[in-house]
Amino acid sequence: MHGKFSAIIVIEIMILVVFALLPLVLGVLWSVDDSFFWVVFTTKVLILSLFGLSFDLVWGFGGMLSFGQALFFGGAGYVVAVMARDLNVSSAFIVIPMAILVGMILALFLAAFLLVAKKPPSLIFIALGSLTGSYAAERLARAWYYLGGQNGVSVTHPLTIGDIALYEGVGFYYLAFAFLLISYIGCRYIVRSQLGLVLAGIRQHEERITFFGYQVQIYKVIVFTLGGAIAGLSGGLYAFHEGFVWPSLMGPTYSTQAVLYVLFGGVGTLVGAVIGVVAIEFATMFLADYFQNVWPIILGALLLVVVMFRPTGLVGLLVSERERIGSFRRRGGKRRDRKQE
Amino acid sequence: MMSLLEVKDVKKVFSELVALDGAELVIAENQFHGLIGPNGSGKSTLLKCIAGAETVSAGEIHFLGSNITGRSATDRARSGMSLKFQITSVFDTLSVYDNVLLSLQAEGTPWQLMRSHTRKDLDSEVLSILEQFRLDNLSDDLAEELSHGQKQWLEIAMAMARNPKLLLLDEPTAGMSPEERRVTGELLGPIKTSCSILIVEHDLDFIKNISDVITVLGQGKILDHGTPAEIEVSEKVQEVYVTRV
Repeated sequence: MHGKFSAIIVIEIMILVVFALLPLVLGVLWSVDDSFFWVVFTTKVLILSLFGLSFDLVWGFGGMLSFGQALFFGGAGYVVAVMARDLNVSSAFIVIPMAILVGMILALFLAAFLLVAKKPPSLIFIALGSLTGSYAAERLARAWYYLGGQNGVSVTHPLTIGDIALYEGVGFYYLAFAFLLISYIGCRYIVRSQLGLVLAGIRQHEERITFFGYQVQIYKVIVFTLGGAIAGLSGGLYAFHEGFVWPSLMGPTYSTQAVLYVLFGGVGTLVGAVIGVVAIEFATMFLADYFQNVWPIILGALLLVVVMFRPTGLVGLLVSERERIGSFRRRGGKRRDRKQE
Repeated sequence: MMSLLEVKDVKKVFSELVALDGAELVIAENQFHGLIGPNGSGKSTLLKCIAGAETVSAGEIHFLGSNITGRSATDRARSGMSLKFQITSVFDTLSVYDNVLLSLQAEGTPWQLMRSHTRKDLDSEVLSILEQFRLDNLSDDLAEELSHGQKQWLEIAMAMARNPKLLLLDEPTAGMSPEERRVTGELLGPIKTSCSILIVEHDLDFIKNISDVITVLGQGKILDHGTPAEIEVSEKVQEVYVTRV
């Protein structure tokens, strides 16, 4: 793997190029209306890719099955929507950091309940605990008049950068692309760092690693909180892009969606989260067009087939297990040639 | 010699089974201490109680002069204790190199590790440990690809990587061929200058050759202790241990 392009890097570069050039290519290939539709649709895909990425970081690398990722996503969405509605604040320099902060705080709060204990919490405990948090938040939003109850909250102002208002379209697309790129590079840096090696150790033998002196809970809380921050960022962008937020954004439906994105694309690869979002969102759109009544069943069956026969997801078709986990050895480190047998 | 570890009247009860009943043990600095006894005598339980994998029901454990009885396994590891499990528990899908690096870098803070602060500095240390344990040719192989004996050496290498003051080895030669056992003895020899070892073993010849002091456990109690020569002629040991093995 050293000194040559691995399959995973090739996939990453291809996706990067496609996303970077998409609005330009669409503008040439399609009419103005059609290309606008695709730009808006792909912007949503980019934002949801952030959401998928947050879950992959927590589950694929941190080994924590969070069924409550939507709590951070929707929670941040609600906060920025209310800020825009009640405080007339929609500057990206305020609402985006706020969305990240909300996601982070909510995740930290949940982590304090779920992860910090004398004995390591079980996978089921984390899954059910986070699911409960997500469900409770959705119920709260539905019942709270201030948050618009069942109808949710309309985002009354567009996202702004200085004097520029960012409505749906190419500007918002590149903003979402930039955030995805930065978050992706950040996540990649972390999971390939020495801290990523600790996470790999925790996933394989949590008990063993405590005997090296690692405080496992601290690492888990860090990753869980980072995942919450990215989900919050995604939720903040989503609220401004879609123009409103509603209770389901915080609930089990969206939490499950994050799980499906990553399972379908490939757990523990980062790029799999993006591929999963692209595949599921595009498949949903086409299936809903052609099979208006039965598309959820077809999509569900498709997901089942992939998860059953390829548990490593679509990326697993192209990338070996060895490459997926990677090597944490320093590039250019001293290497000794294998002696001849 | 100053005592490094003192186990005082330790009792461990699982439901109604008394696994340890008033176990006492003193390990001096740079001492190789063997722990033997028939199956079910409580050897591994005692090792786990010392390492913090099990909590004691009564009694105290002192390490470097501090009472560590209530401390977590993580705290004990940080204070200079290192454990090699009975069942090999290397990180199968990581490379041999990464297994050792994982152990070696444990001193770093999460922030330092996130910035890969020590990766460059630890490179030569990892390679030197791998060389010491004859695994340098296999550094890029996955741990799961190693033979059983090599996995045991890797696990000892990981335990040693942290420069422990006390190394706890639970049956390091289990499942090894005679040749591998001999090599293991050779690998452990030079360690004596840098730390103490408490070693649980079934192979009496192996433990006689390597240990300064041997303690014999039987049904959770200390039956006898002394030099290998003394233990070899101990009537209590002959009666309770040797005849049952």
